Amino acid sequence: MRLRAESQSARFNVGRQCPNLGARLYEPQRSSFKIKLLRVTDSRSDRKFGHCLWEPRVDRFRANPYGGKAMSTLQDSLIELIRRTSAEIPDDVQRAILLALEQEKQGTIAASALQIIERNVELARRKSQPICQDTGSILFYVQHPLSHDPIAFEESARGAVRIATRKGYLRQNSVDSLTGVNDGTNVGPGSPTIHFHPHRAPELDVRLILKGGGCENVGAQYSLPNEKLQANRDLDGCRKVILDAVLQAQGKGCGPGILGVCIGGDRATSYEFSKRQFLRTLPDRNPVPELDRLEQDIVKTANELGIGPMGFGGKTTLLGAKIGALNRLPASYFVSVSYMCWAFRRQGARLGPGGEIERWLY
Amino acid sequence: MIALNRPFTEEKIRALKVGDEVALTGVVFTARDAVHGYLHDGGALPPGVDLRDGILYHCGPVVLPDERGGWKVTAAGPTTSIREEPYQGAIIRRFGVRGVIGKGGMGERTLAACQAGGCVYLHAVGGAAQVLAEAIVAVRNVYFLKEFGSPEAMWELEVRDFPVVVTMDAHGRSLHQEVLAASRTALAERLKEPAHSA
Ligand code: SF4
Repeated sequence: MRLRAESQSARFNVGRQCPNLGARLYEPQRSSFKIKLLRVTDSRSDRKFGHCLWEPRVDRFRANPYGGKAMSTLQDSLIELIRRTSAEIPDDVQRAILLALEQEKQGTIAASALQIIERNVELARRKSQPICQDTGSILFYVQHPLSHDPIAFEESARGAVRIATRKGYLRQNSVDSLTGVNDGTNVGPGSPTIHFHPHRAPELDVRLILKGGGCENVGAQYSLPNEKLQANRDLDGCRKVILDAVLQAQGKGCGPGILGVCIGGDRATSYEFSKRQFLRTLPDRNPVPELDRLEQDIVKTANELGIGPMGFGGKTTLLGAKIGALNRLPASYFVSVSYMCWAFRRQGARLGPGGEIERWLY
Repeated sequence: MIALNRPFTEEKIRALKVGDEVALTGVVFTARDAVHGYLHDGGALPPGVDLRDGILYHCGPVVLPDERGGWKVTAAGPTTSIREEPYQGAIIRRFGVRGVIGKGGMGERTLAACQAGGCVYLHAVGGAAQVLAEAIVAVRNVYFLKEFGSPEAMWELEVRDFPVVVTMDAHGRSLHQEVLAASRTALAERLKEPAHSA
């Protein structure tokens, strides 16, 4: 493909569908606004791609609850949340890594791999640098009171991602799937992804997961029954396919890994819910007894397979497994397995009314 | 821990076996998808680069300009190697490469080329960007920077005590194949028994 890029401006009315993104464009307090398009032409096929560079400037949003000073406080808090998530592994994960290190036999390559991992965790924290160079997909989970303005929040989050990328807390990691263009901002369709969950309480809790590509690639979704694995539509069938996912992944997802699993749902909600399991801490126990048993069994059994850190062989294949269930249609039975690498980057902050960080959640 | 220093002769490489931990000191060249595709399609090495007895590193480092007009590596973990499987064997043979550093292991064709030519696959710890960046003591040069962009460019890096594990050796053994086979058998055994009760 030979690509030629040119940029153009166009004027759009609010509420119109963007010809490139398919998304509805909005901007408070304006009836129309200018958008900048990057037109990319493939000169061999003359095929045209559109790449939207529209970025509402954060400082235009004066008339929202985060107007003025609070807006920049919120943005600063989100930048700090991103920095901390990228450079500091949460305590529960670090403890699990140390425990694994104790259990591996000294002098084995499994133990050395865990030592390098442990040293890397310390070094990243001390230097305030990304734990892994793949700073991953940026997934926000926001629990907010009913009065909260999600549009203003989203703009702050996009601004924070942009700045965090410039500061090197995030790698330039987001690529236009059609043109291959990486505009270096990490902001685009689907990046960052923000899940809003309103609740009837005054707290604003923002959680962030950075999920790398290597481990995302070894995730798997199974449709039960699965004849080859002799997995029926019951918990035993779920167990078989989950363990198959561990076997297939070997060390390729930078193990020891942590599984997030969803039983049920449709294809999309199932994967989404499997990722949400990563918000749980490693030592917590599932309140549903059957799922709790399954979680404990998966970790024990996986650690008997001898895959080990990085697939080098050894006792630590998984550091944890977290399983949730959603209702399904009678016709389908999905089990979705998301794999998280040892570089498990998850953090959260409770924010005060002015957008300031009140306390850390992990 | 075995110290492996330049020059990387066939004799030293053939002496390595699966499971050996190696501290590598010398020069490595980064190469990702773009460089592999280019070399595989018959592309020439840039003037001044010789891969004979050389080592390739599957890595797209984060490199920033330093104060003295040079470069500084701030993160340099391995990327998934299996993407280069279609090209690797031919490149090992054509250029006389002695070592390939990456993560996740590679397939049959690379293993055969390692055995025939005297080359090893060296596994670095995936995700350990900071530890590995510390083992890179200098950026000696960069090639194809304009053509392929920074992560895909060919960076000539000087490393000291760079920690890797031999997971595919020059005698036809692959730790990846062995662990996969053993874990598959172990799982089949485990599935015959009831689950652990909590
Ligand atoms: S899987 Fe995780 S640790 Fe491995 S390279 Fe990707 S983000 Fe880093």
